[in-house]
Amino acid sequence: MMPLFDFPGGIHPPENKAQSSATPIRQAPLPPQLHVALRQSMGNAARPCVAIGDRVAKGQLIASADGRLSAAVHAPTSGVVSAIAPQPFAHPSGLPELAITLDSDGEERWIERQPLHDWQQRSGAKIRDFLAQMGIVGLGGAVFPSHLKLGLKLGVSPLETLVINGAECEPYISCDDRLMRERADAICDGIAVTRHALQARQVLIGIEDNKPQAIAAMQAAAAAHGFGVVAVPTKYPSGGAKQLIRILTGKAIPHGVRATEHGVQCFNVATVYAIGRAVLHGEPLISRIVTLTGAVEAAANVEALIGTPLDQLLALVRPHRDSHEVVMGGPLMGFTLPDLAAGLTKAGNCLLVKSPALFPPRPPAQACIRCGDCASACPVSLQPMDLFWFAKAKNFDKAQQWQLFDCIECGACSYVCPSQIPLVDYYRFAKSEIWAAERDKNAANLARQRHEFRQFRLQRDKAEKAQRLADKAAQAAARQAASHSAAANVAPASDPKQAAIAAAMARAAAQREAAPLPEQHSSGLNDAKQAAIAAAMARAAARKAAADEAKAASGQPPAPPPSSSGLDDAKQAAIAAAMARAAARKAAADQARANQQPDP
Amino acid sequence: MSQLLIAVALMLLLALLLGAILGYASVRFRVKADPLVDKIDAILPQTQCGQCSHPGCRPYAEALAAGSDDINKCPPGGEDGIRKLAELLGVEFKPFGADAPQPKAKAVALIDEATCIGCTLCIQACPVDAILGAAKQMHTVIASECTGCELCLAPCPVDCIRMIPPGSELTNWKWRYPTIPIRNVSSGATR
Repeated sequence: MMPLFDFPGGIHPPENKAQSSATPIRQAPLPPQLHVALRQSMGNAARPCVAIGDRVAKGQLIASADGRLSAAVHAPTSGVVSAIAPQPFAHPSGLPELAITLDSDGEERWIERQPLHDWQQRSGAKIRDFLAQMGIVGLGGAVFPSHLKLGLKLGVSPLETLVINGAECEPYISCDDRLMRERADAICDGIAVTRHALQARQVLIGIEDNKPQAIAAMQAAAAAHGFGVVAVPTKYPSGGAKQLIRILTGKAIPHGVRATEHGVQCFNVATVYAIGRAVLHGEPLISRIVTLTGAVEAAANVEALIGTPLDQLLALVRPHRDSHEVVMGGPLMGFTLPDLAAGLTKAGNCLLVKSPALFPPRPPAQACIRCGDCASACPVSLQPMDLFWFAKAKNFDKAQQWQLFDCIECGACSYVCPSQIPLVDYYRFAKSEIWAAERDKNAANLARQRHEFRQFRLQRDKAEKAQRLADKAAQAAARQAASHSAAANVAPASDPKQAAIAAAMARAAAQREAAPLPEQHSSGLNDAKQAAIAAAMARAAARKAAADEAKAASGQPPAPPPSSSGLDDAKQAAIAAAMARAAARKAAADQARANQQPDP
Repeated sequence: MSQLLIAVALMLLLALLLGAILGYASVRFRVKADPLVDKIDAILPQTQCGQCSHPGCRPYAEALAAGSDDINKCPPGGEDGIRKLAELLGVEFKPFGADAPQPKAKAVALIDEATCIGCTLCIQACPVDAILGAAKQMHTVIASECTGCELCLAPCPVDCIRMIPPGSELTNWKWRYPTIPIRNVSSGATR
């Protein structure tokens, strides 16, 4: 018997699991129409890759993952795509979400399944890619894509412990219990694949001790594989990943650190079952086991296709007449479904029907009396009363300092609160406000960047335009000067010649600047070059002087005295000339306008 | 006497040495921009809308840092923004002026593409280059980049730009503040 550890806090609510766990898993009948939502993981919605009217086979990819945290979506049955449109969605917001509506043809015609028979020879990376194609996500409730959990960089390599989460601690839910009782061998096959992918040294399957049949079944199946099955004391929330890791290994995973960095990884039993079905049988994640319980005639666990309308599932167990709302998830962590026409999602482990008789309405919240019951119930050792205070006062910075984001929203604090304060609602509110502020900040940073770039762009465009105009003016001036000098017949230099000389001078100047030659250089070649340059410069100076003379003679303003850089001078002169011309033109235009304008 | 001279000389030397170090440090480690401006700029919402009568958020931040303007001139920042500025600058909170622009819900510009004549005036007005188009071609607003500054509304010669509040989506959905739902018990009781 291995030593077990304990986590702080926790509660012991009435379990209420017997209602649904007594009968075997039933197959839900094939619905005539399925609404498969494209958002099936915590990441982006998947991108549809079928068109309306397409005939699809069961298990065919109908939407591919979009981004890292997104998950691929497959056709749950064979049929025809009749719509890709927003549909009611199982989410507390009640906002519609894009879904693929599939009219089933009743044939259940499978696509050709391609299992990874040789998974034992494949690397972890190959299995990871395969699971990504199969759309496997964590079925415990977080719907985190499983391939990412296999692909995380391992801190301790190989992984020390693979924890399989069969705790199922939340009241009323029994889907994992029934799965372990009935399909223990298939679960163990899935664990073997997962263990191979992670190269884990040991496997520990944690099951709460209120499920003796499941423990017995798993022990029988796991013996051949050498996995350890551990009965853990029943206490909510022992099914939280970090809580179960703590119970089984004694390791407390710190804030902001992944469990793999401490040599542990945790998977839900339903997830490893899905991994096994995918790798060994080539079946993508298109169905899951759902507990239908609460105020119903015959609570049960059914295996239903993803996308099955929830009201059709509930009809199987005949809700009581006085039932007034349905919760997805358990009574502590679940949320009230805004619309029962929504299709089943991969996250939907339980549909809990509420009636006033079974779930009396929560009495109105009273003031916090700071009794501290919530703090002693908190499984992550937070100070829920302080967090409540900060969230209520919208003091979000402080709430974050008090580690709001370590809250797993398990609801233990709300459960024990003698003032009946809906504490978790306040934490959810504070979290979403903080996320919204973060989004606003990112948007502001983007706007700042774009604004700064725009200003830079405007400046640059302005400078470029000025440069272009100056160049044009210089060329025009040079042409004019050339024609003038030709007319005066003083220096019979034509345009190309002058340009060539100017270019040569520029080159020479650049060379001088780049590598200034010492005065007493002795290399004959360089001397010759220097002499040539000097001669060229002299010629150019002479020609320039002549040109200036000509210009002076033709009544144009003389160029400024020649300096060391002949090219710049020429340009400057050209610009000055252009400016003078422009001024003259403007004056003429003004004159013309003045003449045109009728006297007032 | 010589001891005194040595002491004076030593102190002088020390003073010169330290002065040189300080002088060097003040040149070497000079802070080029005013760090306060950056801090203020980080609080401002970067809509670049000009409602503060400055040409953008940074000029307003500079004016605030210089103390030449009030902290209640930024409606997009809301009262939260004023509070943060008051805290940073160590001044009293000041509500928006009664006749000054008031904060309003965030919205995004939308060009009615049928009416747009392709004049490019809005493109030139947009401070964050969030409008795409070319002369005599239809223009459109990149909604994810639009800050909702409304600067494109005025120049449009055909008034084809509207401000629409962003739609509710799962990605921007927020949990509501927990409140006790109030039900109308009977309409007659209040009369």
